[in-house]
Amino acid sequence: MEIGFDYTRSLGPTLGAFLTGLAGRRILGSRASDGRVHVPPLEYDPHTHEPTTDLVEVAGEGSVVSWSWTASPADGQPLATPFAWALIRLDGADTPMLHAVDAPHDQMRTGMRVRARFADSPAGSIRDIVCFIPTQDPARDPGVRQANHVPAAPQDVVCRADPGISMTTTPIHLRYEHYASPEESRYLRALAQGRIIGQRCPSCRKVYVPPRGACPTCGVPTGDDVPVADTGTITTFCIVNVPFPGQRTKPPYVHAAVLLDGADIPFQHLILGCPAGEVRMGQRVRAVWRPREQWGPTPQNISHFEPTGEPDADFHSYASHL
Amino acid sequence: MKDVAVVALAQSPPVRRGTGTTSGVDMLVPLLTATLEQTGLSRQDIGFWCSGSSDYLAGRAFSFVNAVDALGAYPPINESHVEMDGAWALYEAWVKIQTGEVDTALVYGFGKSSAGDLNRILALQLDPYLVAPLWPDARGIAALQARLGIEAGLWTEKDMAQIAGGTTDDPYVAEPLREHDCAPFADGAAVVVLASAGRAEQICDRPAWITGIEHRVEPQSFDRLDIPWLAGLAQDVDIVELHAPYTHQEIILRRSLRLADDVIVNPGGGVLIGHAMFAAGLARVGEAARHIIEGRARRTLAHATSGPALQQNLICVLAEKK
Repeated sequence: MEIGFDYTRSLGPTLGAFLTGLAGRRILGSRASDGRVHVPPLEYDPHTHEPTTDLVEVAGEGSVVSWSWTASPADGQPLATPFAWALIRLDGADTPMLHAVDAPHDQMRTGMRVRARFADSPAGSIRDIVCFIPTQDPARDPGVRQANHVPAAPQDVVCRADPGISMTTTPIHLRYEHYASPEESRYLRALAQGRIIGQRCPSCRKVYVPPRGACPTCGVPTGDDVPVADTGTITTFCIVNVPFPGQRTKPPYVHAAVLLDGADIPFQHLILGCPAGEVRMGQRVRAVWRPREQWGPTPQNISHFEPTGEPDADFHSYASHL
Repeated sequence: MKDVAVVALAQSPPVRRGTGTTSGVDMLVPLLTATLEQTGLSRQDIGFWCSGSSDYLAGRAFSFVNAVDALGAYPPINESHVEMDGAWALYEAWVKIQTGEVDTALVYGFGKSSAGDLNRILALQLDPYLVAPLWPDARGIAALQARLGIEAGLWTEKDMAQIAGGTTDDPYVAEPLREHDCAPFADGAAVVVLASAGRAEQICDRPAWITGIEHRVEPQSFDRLDIPWLAGLAQDVDIVELHAPYTHQEIILRRSLRLADDVIVNPGGGVLIGHAMFAAGLARVGEAARHIIEGRARRTLAHATSGPALQQNLICVLAEKK
């Protein structure tokens, strides 16, 4: 299963100025009250805790303070070929920054001189520095402009009022492998045969659908499989009017808690087959299964629920299951 | 200050790749049952429940709510959660007992590390603006710290290998770290029960009294070679349980604590035998308490950490006498 989200964050004045600087191939640091220059800049002074106001430009080159070797780069890292992570102290800075160094393994050493290689098209991210490369080896960086040369003494920067870049977007994509629990596996196998099963708590006797490892009331494992019907009662519902990415049904539609006949805990499902405004508590519904040839060990075998047309269930019949 | 003791504990064996669910219910139910049996307490006797876990490990939002199924949360319970190792949940529970609101607390931590690629996921623990977008892997960052110490003459690769029972002939995985230097990620859970003076003696013959507990966020950097606030905290201790996911970090912790040569460190192997994320720190407190409860030690110290470069640290000192 892959999940992903583009995290979009506002930067504030200090980091905004830093990334605006990178887009212009300039690297900024913050000068703390003790005179030390931090790169990347700190938003607050580490001693006085006042907001940073004194940004200074440092050089686009510096020295490797420490490094580690990545023989097999992972997804998303700055380089797809073997590279070094390094702590790099830029000329004019007092603190090292983390970035990647693109250099052969046998060239890597502490103290080596490196310079920033900037992206051709800045995106407003730390990735506007693609990586660092050895200063001794311009051949590895053909066609890319040199970083602005800056004297070692820090220079004050004036462009504070309008930081330019105020947001940064970081796409995060992660892969997961989920195991179904033994109870969930039995539930999914039953679904593949067109049946719905729950499990009964040995202590309070409630029937859970889907079965869930432990009874949330008693905290003990549920044991016995219990077949339940594919008909039930709507105990509560909401009408979805808001569109969102990945939505499968056109709004407005109804998402309801359905108490299956024979179960004690309602489960969630989609209600179709009548106008959203006609759905009500107590309404009787039945499962609409997809064609048998499409069945698998998945809850998607049930497409949705639709009204049966029976008289509504009495409130007291489901009042204790809300 | 109220006197608070560890009165019971349990942990699952760390497994590299288990078949359990990311909800933690299946890992927790046996541990909860075991600790409640040890203490003779019922679920209703527990005044406060507190857990540590991570949605990023489980790959789903509010994943800790699923785990509450394991508790038997009816009638409603007094419950809280930290998105950190369970050791920080233990700190919250200790504070809760200090308020006088409750006199017992059950703390648990759990994580299914194998559901995702931890070397990538842990990048999301880092500064989300300027560091996480580079996707630095945990090993790569820890290796920068290891090299700094080696080149400063504070330790050697051989010293590191000796901690893990490896040799410097082994190949590197993130130079200068070798496979044996890196605790393997594992799936696991841990449970610790706390009780205040008056209750603790009724529950346990030899309660492990918490005589000191503190946690701190360290200054933001990857080049930390010393944790000054730890100096002197290990006075007169017999056994120390350190949460050191990389061998050189055990050396940093030993040096920072100014450990005497005769102090026993991680007699069970620590996290190098399996690093159950979000449970391992709590398990260190549990193990340090076990040495007292089982009569092997008079005074012990547990350490928990968060981050690939010891960015956050917690110390808990336990003793046979209040």
